[in-house]
Amino acid sequence: MTTATLPDTHADEGGPGWIRRNRMTLAPLLFLLPGAIFFIAYVILPILQSFQISFFRWDGLGEPEFVGLANYQELSTDRAFEVSLWNNLKWLVLYLLAIPGGLFIALFLNQTVAGIRIYKSLFFFPFVISQVVVGLVFTWFYDPTFGLLNTLLEGIGISPINVLGDPTLATYGVIIAGLWPQIAYCMILYLTGLNAVDPEQIEAARLDGAKGLRMLWHVILPQLRPATFIAFVVTIIGALRSFDLISIMTNGGPFGSTRVLSFYMFEKALSEYGFRMGYGAAIAVVLFLIMLVFIAYFLWSMWRQERGH
Amino acid sequence: MLRTTLTAAAALSLAAGAVHAQDSELSGTLTIFSDMSNPAPRAVMEDMAARFGEMHPDLEIELTIIDREAYKTQIRNFLTANPPDVANWYAANRMAPYVDAGLFEDVSDLWAEPEIADNLASTKGALTLDGKQWGVPYTYYQWGVYYREDIYEELGLEEPQDWETFKSNCQTMLDSGVKCFTVGTKFLWTAAGWFDYLNMRTNGYDFHMQLTQGEVEWTDERVRQTFANWRELIDMGAFIDNHQSYSWQEALPFMVNGEAAAYLMGNFAVAPMREAGLSDDQLDFYQFPAINPDVELAEDAPTDTFHIPSGAENKEAAREFLRFVVSAENQTQINSGDGLGQLPVNSQSSVDDDEMLNQGFEMLSSNAPGGIAQFFDRDAPAEMASVAMEGFQEFMVFPDNLEDILGRLEQARQRIY
Repeated sequence: MTTATLPDTHADEGGPGWIRRNRMTLAPLLFLLPGAIFFIAYVILPILQSFQISFFRWDGLGEPEFVGLANYQELSTDRAFEVSLWNNLKWLVLYLLAIPGGLFIALFLNQTVAGIRIYKSLFFFPFVISQVVVGLVFTWFYDPTFGLLNTLLEGIGISPINVLGDPTLATYGVIIAGLWPQIAYCMILYLTGLNAVDPEQIEAARLDGAKGLRMLWHVILPQLRPATFIAFVVTIIGALRSFDLISIMTNGGPFGSTRVLSFYMFEKALSEYGFRMGYGAAIAVVLFLIMLVFIAYFLWSMWRQERGH
Repeated sequence: MLRTTLTAAAALSLAAGAVHAQDSELSGTLTIFSDMSNPAPRAVMEDMAARFGEMHPDLEIELTIIDREAYKTQIRNFLTANPPDVANWYAANRMAPYVDAGLFEDVSDLWAEPEIADNLASTKGALTLDGKQWGVPYTYYQWGVYYREDIYEELGLEEPQDWETFKSNCQTMLDSGVKCFTVGTKFLWTAAGWFDYLNMRTNGYDFHMQLTQGEVEWTDERVRQTFANWRELIDMGAFIDNHQSYSWQEALPFMVNGEAAAYLMGNFAVAPMREAGLSDDQLDFYQFPAINPDVELAEDAPTDTFHIPSGAENKEAAREFLRFVVSAENQTQINSGDGLGQLPVNSQSSVDDDEMLNQGFEMLSSNAPGGIAQFFDRDAPAEMASVAMEGFQEFMVFPDNLEDILGRLEQARQRIY
């Protein structure tokens, strides 16, 4: 097979005519094949399997028992699931604050003063450290008895608050911890984007009298569009996979108020007290459908861009 | 203090000799998967494997130690895909999924041997499911109230023998600005320790077992009584504030610093408290006092176990290893202060001379007539445990939500059992 894609030095002895005639089609297909096989085996098939398992009751050991839509029915009355869904939404909306936050810092740092590289790397630092460390640092920061936050609050005469122990505040506390590295990530994306901004256009805008916000909105931002798109994609993905911070900072608590769908799925299917594979799979399917909305949007906008060129 | 003497050292060595005689025939490979991954347990496990290997020169022992938390999920995979000959696990309902799936070997034959039947009788119930035994215990530890002896003395308090004193002691402590109990409920199970004790003291061991096995409604009046007793403590402010933000380790400093005077915990909390600088004069132990005088005292004493997977290849050697593990001599050795620092299950073993262990041993062997429970999350099915423990935590923070919590638990009970 492979010989057929090699340069044909022996025209008369070459492979069968069909392969030779379709060389231009076959070669890319062959190159795609390994990737496609792995993609199907490790992405597509598991997705389909999740759909299948979600119709069963299964503890991962015994015989699966077909229960139809019972898992989904249970989801619709499960308050923990409802809380997780809302929390996912909070994450999606609030996490997007990382984009304007990153843009602001990038604009601020986009100047030439001595040692600017050091400042830039300091601002980028939170993204370099592991999410687990970020989670621990913020847990200590929020600690109701010894934490820095409450020491500061006390200093200005406000009574201490237990951010991670209060079911109404805990999710916001975790999201703020998540924003810290995410803003740094968006900042880096915008810094590189700003390097590519055309100085001639800025010069021209300046001659036309554009300044400040008008300059930013009408001249700079349109040129930063690719960076904004990428920042949007990574932030949405980051919000949907907000698992590690929750696991480290609150473990889903207090009483399940900080769970998101991915964490709830893990709890139900894979944690110490879980092993309800069918129910976990049903949660996974819901999460997948939510992601699908975004994936479809990203694919659509990329396709539109490519067609535009 | 009380120290079990070896009834007959001669009988022991005789038994050991008998074991030696059979051994030489064992050959092949014995694979052991263990979850004893913390430093001290790891050394104990490695030492046990080495000693067993010395007794059986022709037997090759392959020991794999897996991180204790990871083990809890990995066991499902390796029992089905690649079963070892011997594996660690826990007693009671925690065995149920594997017993039901036919993944654990029935070892009732071992339990019929007088050596085991007589000496391990106290945990036989915990290892029995469907009338058969599925493993053997190697260690357990007591639960109870660990308290700051010096604070109690300073305030003129005695170890409480009844519920009224328990509460009045607590009020005295609160009046002098010390919280009665530290607790960290971030990982939920610590709250279940409180529920276990309050429920067993209010309604007794048998009721507690019926409840964890799903035979009683969570909205039952008797369950409400347990929560009402619990609420008395919560309303007094007996527990440290913000306990929902702390793990059990993070709750220790409150006791070490003297901000809280006691901790309802398993014996494993003693080591970190001593390391944190509490001396034996400052630290003592008492049994959770009676609440309802009509019910017999029952205790939590989680038991760790060894099992033979039904897919094991060298079951003969595995059975011999189980016999070795439960022998009085071995249990004395592995549970000593240098080893696990816990209680041996074999009644012929001796307990290391440790203030806490001695009290625990005495309590479990002579003052727990009601029965010995394994702990809420081992007695109840995993799913029920996770829902219930979350409810306990919520109750401890918002006791007014009780109706809602009980309704939720009852709904879960009807679905799970």
